[in-house]
This record gives sequence, structure tokens and C-alpha cells, in this order.
Amino acid sequence: MNICVFIKRVPDTESRIRIQQNAVAEDGLNFVISPYDEYAVEEALRIKEARGGTVRVVSVGRDEAAAVLRKALAMGADEALLVKDEAPETYDGLRTARIIARAVERRLPGADLLLFGKQAVGTDNSQVPAMTAELLGLPQATVVTKLAIEDGTATALREIEGGTEKVVLTLPAVVSAQKGLNEPRYETLKGIMAAKKKPVPAVTLEELGFGPGEPAAAVEVTGLDVPAARQAGKVLQGDPAETARELARLLRDEAKVI
Amino acid sequence: MIAAYLEIRDGKIKKSSLETLAEARRRAADLGDTAAAVLAGASVAGLAGTAAAAGAAKVYVLEDPALADYSSQAYAVALAVFAAETKPAALFFPATAMGKDLAPRVAARLGVALAADCTRIEVRDGALEYTRPIYAGKALLTVRLKSSPQLASLRPNVFPAGPPAPGTGEIVKMAAAVPDGAVKGKVAEILKEESAELDVTEADVVVSGGRGLKGPEAFALLRDLAAIFPRAAVGASRSAVDSGWIGHQHQVGQTGKTVSPQLYLAVGISGAIQHLAGMSSSKVIVAVNKDPEAPIFKVADYGILGDLFEVVPKLKEELQKALKD
Ligand SMILES: Cc1cc2nc3c(=O)[nH]c(=O)nc-3n(C[C@H](O)[C@H](O)[C@H](O)COP(=O)(O)OP(=O)(O)OC[C@H]3O[C@@H](n4cnc5c(N)ncnc54)[C@H](O)[C@@H]3O)c2cc1C
Ligand SMILES: Nc1ncnc2c1ncn2[C@@H]1O[C@H](COP(=O)(O)O)[C@@H](O)[C@H]1O
Repeated sequence: MNICVFIKRVPDTESRIRIQQNAVAEDGLNFVISPYDEYAVEEALRIKEARGGTVRVVSVGRDEAAAVLRKALAMGADEALLVKDEAPETYDGLRTARIIARAVERRLPGADLLLFGKQAVGTDNSQVPAMTAELLGLPQATVVTKLAIEDGTATALREIEGGTEKVVLTLPAVVSAQKGLNEPRYETLKGIMAAKKKPVPAVTLEELGFGPGEPAAAVEVTGLDVPAARQAGKVLQGDPAETARELARLLRDEAKVI
Repeated sequence: MIAAYLEIRDGKIKKSSLETLAEARRRAADLGDTAAAVLAGASVAGLAGTAAAAGAAKVYVLEDPALADYSSQAYAVALAVFAAETKPAALFFPATAMGKDLAPRVAARLGVALAADCTRIEVRDGALEYTRPIYAGKALLTVRLKSSPQLASLRPNVFPAGPPAPGTGEIVKMAAAVPDGAVKGKVAEILKEESAELDVTEADVVVSGGRGLKGPEAFALLRDLAAIFPRAAVGASRSAVDSGWIGHQHQVGQTGKTVSPQLYLAVGISGAIQHLAGMSSSKVIVAVNKDPEAPIFKVADYGILGDLFEVVPKLKEELQKALKD
């Protein structure tokens, strides 16, 4: 199995978000591999351990994204590729998918399985995996909690409202990982040392055949705000029966939700 | 024309899809335009009347045997045919499991951008503007889409379903023409949860429990409380799920589901930022917690400071009375 995993560098979920001129201020943020992408890396490693093959990890971003590639190498990935993209966050999933699809066609031949996270935390777009699948003409299963590979096919379970869908795909295919798929391993010291020795080759958008300014983003940001903080409300205390009665009254007469 | 894709499950149009259509109607009205509905499947014409009654000026029916079981590949082909023939200004999807799987695929096929999981859509200076939470709700992003048609998915339970409108919808049948051999993946089976529970994302009332419940047994208290409401579901914090007290499909938060019910009750949940990410767009938040410093009280509209094992049974009694009055 020849597996490619796409990973993004994102601020960790504890980060306090500050906004400057319609953009998220980056100073003071702690960047990590997007948590769902870690499930994707882990799944790739497990498939490789069971069936043999290679795991290549790919990130689109600035030089700093090499750090998440090193982390994946330390977990056990065989090779890394940084697709250099200097553009600030565009929020346009199709732009990223176009870059990834082109990188797959030109630089990552022979992939049987393309693994993604279900969403990149931060932009919370949940679109790059399905868009990449369409651009490459591959079938997809998104938000997957269980994956089984057999010769030439993948069977995936995905969560839907009130149940689970079983999706059967002919390989090559795109799969995006949801929590529950596995428990990602920690990197070992040995892995970290080995990862330090591995190269992280980079390719530019130009080298992938894009012209200046390509691919262009079709999303125009007109506002970025911190939502109005919810006001702390009324806190009742005392006898459980009385506070419960008062709460029921407030929900009916004041909040009018029951 | 603003078109709304209507998702069908178990032979019915889902509530979130009717919300999507209602929003298409409202924004089309702002633009002096009309709203349409799109149905896709092997045999779905029978639902066109429901879509018309919900206010669609036109109901497009895309039928093909290849659409019998859901396949993002096949459905994307059908919707791209629809978009190419009718040239809508915008196409809205519900941001459900299916909508989130399908909308980006259609966007890529059409070569256009997608505003995903929107919580507000407005017309400003004659243009549609889409607002969506990012960074797990810590920021709100507003965008315009420069590609056409404009594609957006709408978070369930946020947009009102709107009053029914006279059923004047004209029904237009279109061949979806999914080429043989185009479909390399599809749904083989749907495994329903044994209990016919409502999903947390679809409920009007969500009663969630956390580590404060101390074990799986106390979830029975929450189920009892939820049972007094017509459309309620039980949710949970990640701690409760990771402890194995309840299935992960109940998890609310960053790595779980995003809910926006009318009423969210957080019982024995501290209110960690990753939990808030999944429920802060709820209309009214109630917290039951014994720690006055619990961060959940900072976002709750109402709170009861006390022991949940004493409070929850009383709350059930009192809410039941209030519902009857
Ligand atoms: C990357 C990442 C993703 C995450 N994703 C999620 C997610 O999706 N969803 C999520 O929920 N968490 C998530 N978390 C975990 C989150 O940080 C918290 O650890 C978790 O939400 C805490 O759960 P809790 O509130 O149930 O437990 P605790 O924080 O332990 O809170 C228990 C609360 O119960 C109260 N309590 C105890 N006994 C009683 C009693 N008898 N009566 C009344 N109150 C009582 C306590 O005062 C306390 O406030 C994530 C964390 C990370 C790092
Ligand atoms: N810049 C990127 N580089 C590599 N992979 C990415 C990038 N952006 C998104 N992805 C992949 O696509 C998934 C979904 O991202 P998104 O659609 O942006 O929420 C992520 O979990 C990654 O697997």
C-alpha cells in the first residue's frame, strides 16, 4: 500500500485568538499538527505495519510547516514533502485542494490511499478531502471512524445522524479521519532522532506548474470578529426543589424556550 | 434563483433541509429573486409536493438509478448537471453528515468556492455575505464568494424553518445522467442505532452530562429528563465518552458534534473551551454544577449551583409541570 497523508499546521485548540485587520494574529500562538490529521497519520502507519508499503506525508504551507512533517516522520512516516505556499490563510478549500491534487499528479505517483483529517481545526472548513477526491476523480469516505483495507477496496464506517454508514470504495480512494478511528502513538526518542536525519524536500507552486498568483482564492474576507461574549446569567442556589421550580419558571416566562 | 438541496432520509425530507430552503427563500426575497428546491434520488418525485408546500417556486427532480444509494460521486454529477442547466445564483446545502460530504464535492466539480457550516447569511450592498464560526467559535468569519454559483452549507437548527407557503411550486424533471462506471464508491448499508434516538445535532433540547456524573448509571437521570421534551437528545463531554459511560456519537465539542438547540443543559460539565466549541451557539444554556467557579457558569444563561444528583430529579418534576401548564 502506497499511502499519502495530508497534514496541516494549525494553532492548538487552547489558543486564545486575537484579530488584527481581518486576520488572526499569529504571534503568541502555539502551532501543532491538526489533531484529526494525527489520526490520519496513525491510520496510515497501522495499515503499513499490517500490509507493507510506504507512508508519505505532505503539507501545504510556509517553511514553518516542516515542523509538522518532522513530527509525522518521528511517528514513523517514511517520506515528507513540503509544498511551499506563501499565501496567508485564504479560507478557500478549493485553492488548497487544487494544490494538493496537482502535487499528487506530479510528485506523488502511485498512491493507493489518500488520507486526510476530517477538518483542519482553526478554519474548520471540512472541504479539502472531498474537493481533492473530485479533482482527482477518486471516490471518498469522509468523517471515518473505522477503516478496513482489502485487496483493491476500502470499507469505511462514517457517522451520520442517528447511525453509521458503511461506505465501500474501490482504491485508489480518499478517506478523512474522525476521532475514534484510532489512538495516535507518541513519537519515540529513536523516532525523533531518525526524523532529524531525514530530508524534508520542498516543491514550489511554480514547480507544480502554477503561474504567478495561481491558484487564486475565490473567497473574499469582509469581516473577522470575536463573537460577543455570552453574558454570565443568573445562578440559583439553595433548596434543590425550590431552585428547580424557579429555573422552570424562568425558562418558561423569561427565556420562553419551554 | 437560489436553490436549496433537500436531503432525503428514510423517504422523508429532513427538517434541516427545510430550514435550508426557508433561508434560500428569505435571501432570494432580499435579492428580488426566487427560491427553488432540488431533490435527487432514484425515485423521489413523490416528495416534490412537500418541497413545493415549503415554498419552493420550482422543484427540480433529478432521478437516475445510479442515485438509489447515496454516493458523493454520483450525486455530485447530478447536482453539477442541475447547476449547468439552470445557472442558479447560489446553491445551499444543509451542513449535515451528507451535506458536508457532498457540498465540497459539487463545489470542486463546478470549480467554485464553498462557505461551509454558515450560521448567518445576509445580503449587503446587493451581495450575499456568509458568516461562519472559525477557531471552534472563537472567531466569526464573514466572506463573499467571487465564484458562481455561490455554494454554502448551513448549520442545522440555526436558521428558522419559516412558515409554510402555498404550494405553487412547478415541478421540473431532469435526467441526472450519471455515466456508467463513474461511481467508484457508495453507501452499502446504513446501520441504525438500536435505540431510535434523535441525534444531538437534530434535537431542540440537549441534556448533556460530564465527569460530574461519576459513572454510566447517572445518564439514566439525564435520559429521564430528556424524555419529557418532544425532540430531545442526550449529549456528553469528552471525559464522559472517553470513560466509556456513553457512546462517542453523543460527544459535543471540538472533536465531537456541534449543536445549536433551543435549550442546552450542561450537567456536571466544567465548560472547557473544547466543550464550549460545540454548544455555544445554543439559544439558551443552563448549567447544573456544584462548583461556583466552574467556567460553564460564565456562558450559561441560567445555572443551578448544587449537587446534580439532587437537582436533576427535581428539575425533571418542575419542568414537566411547567410544560403542562
Ligand atoms: C484537542 C482536544 C479536543 C477536545 N475535544 C473535546 C470535545 O469535543 N468535547 C469535550 O467535552 N471535551 C473535549 N476536550 C476535553 C476538554 O478539554 C475537557 O477535558 C472536558 O470537556 C472535561 O469534561 P467534563 O466537563 O465532563 O469534566 P471535568 O472538567 O472534570 O468537569 C466535571 C464537572 O462536574 C462538576 N461536578 C462534579 N460532581 C458534581 C455533582 N455531584 N453535582 C454537580 N456538579 C458536579 C465539577 O464541579 C466539574 O465542573 C478536548 C480536549 C483537547 C485537548
Ligand atoms: N495546507 C494544508 N496542507 C496539507 N493538508 C491540508 C491543508 N489544508 C487542509 N488539509 C487537509 O485537509 C483536511 C481538511 O481540511 P479543511 O477542509 O481545511 O478543514 C485537513 O485535516 C488536512 O488533512
